[in-house]
Amino acid sequence: MSVAPSASGGAPAEGAAPRRPAPPRRRNQWRTAIRPTIISVLSVLFVFGALGWWVTSAEMWPQVRLQFFNLDAMIAAFPGVLRGFGVSVSIWLSALVGIGVWALVLAIVRSLRAPWFTPFRLMVVIYIDIFRGIPVLLLVLLFGFGIPALNLPGLPNSGLFWGAVAMILSYSAYVAEIYRSGIDAVHEGQWAASKSLGLSEWQTMVYAVLPQALRNVLPALMNIVVALQKDVALLSVIGVRDAVREAQIYTAQTFNYSSLIVAAALFMAATIPMARLADYVTRKDRERRLQRAG
Amino acid sequence: MKPPRIEIDGVTKYYGDVLVLDDVSLSVAEHEVVCLIGASGSGKSTLLRCINRLVEFDHGTIRLDGVSIEDERYGGTGLQKRVGIVFQSYNLFPHMSVLDNVTLAPRKVHKVGRRAAEDKARELLSLFGMGDHAGSYPEQLSGGQQQRVAIVRSLATNPDVLLLDEITAALDPELIGEVLKIIRRLKDEGMTMVIVTHEMGFAREVADTVCFLEGGRILEEGDPAALFSAPERPETRRFLQRIIEAGRL
Repeated sequence: MSVAPSASGGAPAEGAAPRRPAPPRRRNQWRTAIRPTIISVLSVLFVFGALGWWVTSAEMWPQVRLQFFNLDAMIAAFPGVLRGFGVSVSIWLSALVGIGVWALVLAIVRSLRAPWFTPFRLMVVIYIDIFRGIPVLLLVLLFGFGIPALNLPGLPNSGLFWGAVAMILSYSAYVAEIYRSGIDAVHEGQWAASKSLGLSEWQTMVYAVLPQALRNVLPALMNIVVALQKDVALLSVIGVRDAVREAQIYTAQTFNYSSLIVAAALFMAATIPMARLADYVTRKDRERRLQRAG
Repeated sequence: MKPPRIEIDGVTKYYGDVLVLDDVSLSVAEHEVVCLIGASGSGKSTLLRCINRLVEFDHGTIRLDGVSIEDERYGGTGLQKRVGIVFQSYNLFPHMSVLDNVTLAPRKVHKVGRRAAEDKARELLSLFGMGDHAGSYPEQLSGGQQQRVAIVRSLATNPDVLLLDEITAALDPELIGEVLKIIRRLKDEGMTMVIVTHEMGFAREVADTVCFLEGGRILEEGDPAALFSAPERPETRRFLQRIIEAGRL
């Protein structure tokens, strides 16, 4: 090399660029970039094609297609199912608020350590045991049919209201445990620091622990949000005219099941973006943690 | 006669069946700096945490200015207002800025107005070389900087006594100096301090009294020059020998 003859001697000569190994040349760039893509596309086409062929080759497929995937029936059922879906979404949103608040109350009561809190802590433990032990469907039936029959003065009598209450009570038992795991995950040193600064237990909870705990459990909560959105369909069993109920009504009138597919599509259209959002939140949270650890 | 600032009198503490503090007595005068040394598990951190009641002891008394810390005069936040503590792992609040970390206790516990608390905090922060970091979050700072913020946070409530619990143990060696410099300065300003440390060189330099603990007892107590150069007890000698072999003295 005539450019830097002295480079072999160690320190580079004046004016000559320091000798470093060149960055690795990208060899066969086209092949390395494109080939995996082609393989994925081909294998996707093959697998899904085979599955599609297998299903459609079934003897009963033409009848099933007429019963479940009838486009005319779908269009006819759509307005009713959409209206029901609106009901589903409004139950979902109000239940979310109720669960978020009530579960937080439960989790805080369970996590406070002052001795005079013991009876309340015990109550929360029993509550969580009871409501996690009973299937949601059973609770919805009990609340939706049982309590309106009592005709309680001063409270609404609709199955919709009590069904939603059942959802809130049941889900809160799970969500309270999620909150609590987040509270427990906050380092003991945070309590020690707060206490030695003179903060009361309540102040410690509000200013130091809860903000960290909520951030810890956000990904887990997002999953609950998605799950709840679908479980709202359980209220159809007590006659709430949600998306599933409306679809069933159409089916009962026409003996065509396409309305169920419409309801399914609506639920998916709502939950898939929610699930993506949950993934996004989880990823952000992970990045934040890695950043802190690094 | 004025009572000592801190007077530990026959303090005994069990964790379950394990005796961690065995009838410990110790007196700390105003402006005095006492270093507690000893192997891990000797009870020195537990003793330190008894002084501000982070750990409750089973028998004995601890008096601050002649009054038991269990007296109702120190109830509520009375004791915490007088005694500050700094931890090995800083324990800053990660979701709060440096400024919010420092002003939280003055504002929420001592009901100082936001403006006044922040002015005081900024003043303290710049005094300790952290003035440019008021808006930073703990995770953006080095360990040494975080520990300096933690010291400022404990000073923000104007304590009369500062407890330091192995505050350099989690730091990279090159960051230890900046933290120890602050402690020297606090000593010069007359702060009464009880220090648990593994930095023997620092203990020798800064302490007025050094206590060697083993098995929950203070085995030897004295002037650092004497204790480090001519320890009386064989246990102390053995401990110091191990430290020297580890290259820490």
